[in-house]
Amino acid sequence: MASIAQAIRMALHYGETHLEVSDIFGEDVGPPLGGAFTVTQGLTKSWNSPLDERGIIGMASGLGLAGKRCVAEIQFCDYIFNTIDLLKLAGNTAWCSNGEFNMPIVVMTPVGSGIHGSVYHSHSFDAWAARIPGWKIVIPSTSLDAYGLMLSAIVDPNPVMYLIPKALMRTKGEELIPGEPASDKELRDLIDAPVDAKARATWKARWPALKEHYVPIGKAKHVRQGNAATVVSYGRTMPIITQIANRLADQGIDYDVFDLRTIYPYDWEALKASIERTGRVLFVNEDTEVANFGEHLMRRTCEELFYSLKVRPRLLAGKQIPGIGISPSLEDVSVPQANHIEKEMLELVHEPA
Amino acid sequence: MAAKQLTKEKLREIHSLMVEGRILEERLIKMNKAGEGYFWIGGPGEEAFAVPFGMLVHKGQGIQSDFLHLHYRASATVLAMGGNSIDAIRQMRSVSTDPYSGGRNFVNHYAIKRWNIVPVFSCIEPQYLQALGTAHAQREKGCKGITVVTGGDAGTAEGDFASALVWSSRPAGISPMLMIVTNNRFGISTPWDGQHGEKNVADRGKAFGIQTVIANGNDVFEAWDALETAMEYVRKERKPYLLELSVSRLYGHSSASGAPRWNEPDCIELFEEKLIKQKVMTKEECQAVHDKMLTKITEAYKQVQLEPFPDPTSIYDHVWSKEDGNNGRDTFAEQMGVDFTHNPPQAHH
Ligand SMILES: Cc1ncc(C[n+]2csc(CCOP(=O)(O)OP(=O)(O)O)c2C)c(N)n1
Ligand SMILES: [Mg+2]
Repeated sequence: MASIAQAIRMALHYGETHLEVSDIFGEDVGPPLGGAFTVTQGLTKSWNSPLDERGIIGMASGLGLAGKRCVAEIQFCDYIFNTIDLLKLAGNTAWCSNGEFNMPIVVMTPVGSGIHGSVYHSHSFDAWAARIPGWKIVIPSTSLDAYGLMLSAIVDPNPVMYLIPKALMRTKGEELIPGEPASDKELRDLIDAPVDAKARATWKARWPALKEHYVPIGKAKHVRQGNAATVVSYGRTMPIITQIANRLADQGIDYDVFDLRTIYPYDWEALKASIERTGRVLFVNEDTEVANFGEHLMRRTCEELFYSLKVRPRLLAGKQIPGIGISPSLEDVSVPQANHIEKEMLELVHEPA
Repeated sequence: MAAKQLTKEKLREIHSLMVEGRILEERLIKMNKAGEGYFWIGGPGEEAFAVPFGMLVHKGQGIQSDFLHLHYRASATVLAMGGNSIDAIRQMRSVSTDPYSGGRNFVNHYAIKRWNIVPVFSCIEPQYLQALGTAHAQREKGCKGITVVTGGDAGTAEGDFASALVWSSRPAGISPMLMIVTNNRFGISTPWDGQHGEKNVADRGKAFGIQTVIANGNDVFEAWDALETAMEYVRKERKPYLLELSVSRLYGHSSASGAPRWNEPDCIELFEEKLIKQKVMTKEECQAVHDKMLTKITEAYKQVQLEPFPDPTSIYDHVWSKEDGNNGRDTFAEQMGVDFTHNPPQAHH
C-alpha cells in the first residue's frame, strides 16, 4: 500500500500525464532529490527553483494567469510566511478583476509536528490558510485521500492550498489507489528512486497504470458512525483519534468521527447534522489555540447549534507558544498527543448533560 | 521602425493619445477633490513612454501575445492599446459598470483578459514575481509573446525585484521578460538619493548578464526607440532585459499628498515643441486636440455620473472562478450571515 508521499507522487504523475499539469516545482523538487520528502521523484515536469519562496508563489501565480496548470511546493510550511501577500493576491485575483481572471494553481506544503522538527519544521498552517479568502484548503490524512484530493486540486479552477501532515508522510494506506500494485515492494521498485547517487542519475520511474479517483473538495469523511459524541479533526491527529475511537467502541462508546479533509469550504452540513444528533462535540487540531480554525467551528457550533448541545463544546489545540521545542518532553505537551485526546474524548461523553 | 521614421499620422496619433491620457488623469484628480472617488493615483507625466509602450505591445490573449504586469501609472498605455477612457472614470467613481473590478479597486487598477493585462494591484513589486510565471510559460518552443513588467524606482528595494533578476536570468530558465523601471526619483515622499547607493537601478542587471539601458522617458522619440529595441531584443533573443526610464511625476504621488501640480518637465509640452518645430502640427492644431479631448472626457464623466453603484449583494460574487458557476459566488461564506442593508452612497452634485 502506498505511503502518503507515494500517493501524492502518483497523483502528480497522473496530473502531468492526464490533467495537463505543465510544471511541478520548488526547492529541490526536481532531480536528483525529487523533494525533501520524495514526493516529486521520477516526474517529467518537475524542476528545481531558486531558493526563494516568494519567487515560487509568484511563478505559480504567473503560470496560472497564463492559463497553465502547475503544482508548486514550499519545502516546509514554516517557510511560507514571507509569501502571505502573494497568497493573498492569488486568492483575490478573481474577485478584484470582477471575475475576469482565474488562478488555477496548487501550492503544496508539509505541515505540523511529529518528526521532532523543532522550531522551524513543526509549524501548522491551517489557521493561517483559512484567513486567506479565495483559496480552497485541503489536508488529507490517508493515502487514498491524498491521491484523490490532489487530482481534485489540480482540476479546480481556483487556487488550492494542499497541506501535507508531515508526520503521516510515510504512513501506509489501508485502501488501494486505483491502479496501484498491491505489494509494497513492487510499488517501491517501480516508483522510489534508488538511494545510490550513481544509480539514481540514470533511474527512471516505471509508473503503474493509474486511474482517476477524485475526492471532492468540501466533503468531510465520515470515519466512523456513533451516537455518543462527535469528534472532528484533520491531519496528523486523525489516525490517532480513529484508533482511540475504535478501541473505545469495543468498550461500548460509539463516537461519530469526521476527517474534515477540506478546511475551506468545509463540510458544515455533515458536522451540523452530527452535532445536532449527539449534542456533544470535540474539535482537535495542532495549530496554536488563539484564533485557531477550531475556534471558528466552535463559534458556529455555539451560534447555530447552541440549543442542541447537551454539554459545552470542546477544542483541543496546540499551545499558544512561539515554537515547538525539539526535546520530546517539550513537543509532547505542546501539541495534542494520544493521551490528551483520549482524556478529552472520555470527558466529553461522561460530562453530565 | 525607428522613431525618426514615424509618419506624421503616427506622431499625431501619439500626441492625441498623450493628451487624452493627461486630460483623463486631470479629470480623475478633479473627481477625487470633489469627493467623487475616494483615492487617486495615476500616470500624468509618464505619457511620453506610456503611449509608445502601448503601441508597441503585441496585444491579444494567451502566451502568443504579450503579457503586461503593470504599475498603477499605466493609464496612457491602456488607452494606446485601445482602452476607453470612460472605463477609468467608472473605476474612479467605483460604479458597477467599472469593467476592471466592479467597483472594488482603486482607479488605474486594470484587468483586461483579452489583452493579457493581468490585474494591477496596489502592493508594490509582486508584479515582478507574477511576471516570472507568464514569462516562463512563454519559454515554450516557437512562442512569440513576451512578458513586460513595470514598476517604480523605490519599489526596486523590495526583494521581489532582486528575485526577478535572479529568476529571469537563471541558466535553467532564461526568460523573455522585459523589466521596465520608471524612475521619478521618489517613493511617495522619500527621495531616491538617501536610500539607494547604486547610481542607477539598471546597473543591477549587469551582475546577472542582463542587457540594460537607461533612457529619457520624457522624450517620445527616445522612449520609442528604447522600448522598440528592448521589446525586439526580448522577442528575438528570448532573454530578459532591464530598461530604466527617467520620468516626471507631475501631480505628485497620489491624492494622499494632495495631487498638486509639480514643477517638473512636462513631456507633452516638450513633444509639442518638437512637433511644431518639425512642422508636424501647428500650435493651433495641438490646442484643438486638447479641446477635443476635454469635451470627450467631460461627456464621459457626465455619463458615468448617471451609472449605478454596485449592488451590495455582489460582495460574494467572483470569490471563486466563474467556472465554479453562479458568478463564482461564495454561497458558503454567505450562509454565515450578512446584512445587506446599507447607507446608499451620497448622490454627488
Ligand atoms: C508593499 C508595499 N509597501 C508600501 C506601499 C505603500 N506605497 C504605495 S506607492 C509607494 C511608493 C512607490 O514608489 P515607486 O516604486 O518609486 O513608484 P512611484 O509611485 O514613484 O511610481 C509606497 C511606499 C505599497 N503600496 N506596497
Ligand atoms: Mg518613484
